[in-house]
Amino acid sequence: MNTSPAPSKSDLFKYTLRQADNSMVLCQRLCQWAARGPDLEEDISLTNIGLDLIGQARSLYQYSASLCDQQVNEDDLAFMRDSHEWSNLLLVEQPNGDFADTIARQYLYDAWHLLFLEQLTESNDTTLAAIAAKSIKEVKYHNRHSSMWIKRLGDGTEVSHQRMQDAIAAVWPFTAEMFIPDELDQRMLEFGTGVDLKALKHTWDSQVSSLLVDATLSKPVAGEAIVGGRQGQHAEYLGDLLEEMQSLPRSMPNHQW
Amino acid sequence: MRLINQNTESELSRVRSILDTVTDPEIPALTINEMGILRGIEIKDNTVIVTITPTYSGCPAIDHITDDITKVLAEHDYPSTRVALVLSPAWTTDWMSDEAKEKLRKYGIAPPCKTSLLDDSQEDPNITVIVACPNCCSFNTKLVSHFGSTACKSFWQCADCLEPFDYFKPI
Ligand SMILES: [Zn+2]
Repeated sequence: MNTSPAPSKSDLFKYTLRQADNSMVLCQRLCQWAARGPDLEEDISLTNIGLDLIGQARSLYQYSASLCDQQVNEDDLAFMRDSHEWSNLLLVEQPNGDFADTIARQYLYDAWHLLFLEQLTESNDTTLAAIAAKSIKEVKYHNRHSSMWIKRLGDGTEVSHQRMQDAIAAVWPFTAEMFIPDELDQRMLEFGTGVDLKALKHTWDSQVSSLLVDATLSKPVAGEAIVGGRQGQHAEYLGDLLEEMQSLPRSMPNHQW
Repeated sequence: MRLINQNTESELSRVRSILDTVTDPEIPALTINEMGILRGIEIKDNTVIVTITPTYSGCPAIDHITDDITKVLAEHDYPSTRVALVLSPAWTTDWMSDEAKEKLRKYGIAPPCKTSLLDDSQEDPNITVIVACPNCCSFNTKLVSHFGSTACKSFWQCADCLEPFDYFKPI
């Protein structure tokens, strides 16, 4: 039986870091679209979504840093950890692929992110609740944007339909991880601090299903889930992404702009 | 050094009027007060404590605003300033006054509608919100892109005067 009224500082640190890592990695992926978007408007949209995410990541890293036993700051957490120390979901580190791949990854994450944040606003940790309440306003617009593209490409030409369908199928195995709690999720839930991941599944399923129907796309059959991101088991994709993202601060430590 | 009166109404209103010269660097037509970014002013032990909140999490203007506040107060004999950043309650476009929204329109940006008018179930704002062209006031407008020149705006075009324009998204 647990008699402590609040989670341990180290649990809260790890839990906050996970959410920060999701936002940071997805931000980095989206910013790789800069100057490569299908048109100027999309170039700007994807990088603006990235900007929201880095803002959210900063709030979360700053909070994580304040909970850490070691003397660290937000930059240390973002730039000085190696791939195996990152606890983001595998979904967000998936490569950009073509525009359909990016939109599929984005929509499936946005739909989950929105539900996750909705619950997190109810957290008994006031900082996490405040960051969630702030972020949710932004993520609503992310979700609008990605939903619109799923429909437009799915219900578009024969080619756009096929590419959207293939893109959804390709990232689908990585979505299951969003709903599988580990021991840390379980403890945070019991304290009323964290989100009930299993409870998000039903709403996510029905929202995604109805959008896919509108987009004339079929929902992939649930296959074997690919998991491990939260435990630091990442594909080489993340290593490459981090190498690019971290190279400057690592080659010039403590440098200021 | 001038002795600063603690929290007296006259001292606070002096600080407030100085801060009325600080504008949002991304929308210079509006002050941080009109934008609802300025949340509070307090004076404690000769230090002015200014509380602000970011519009968006990733708003790059916030560091700029922090520097501007410190600088303008120093120029007006307040050498010690602390700028505190708060996230809660989360910033909303509903904090912009009607006058502020009118200034925005004159500046060429369509002002945000009340957030209570939003329907989150619709991904197309054309369905629920009619955005008037800030140039010719026509309602015959169309969303071009969900994100405009900054994250806080979407990009529209007027079908009557054909001008493209930014719409400040309600959040
Ligand atoms: Zn017009």
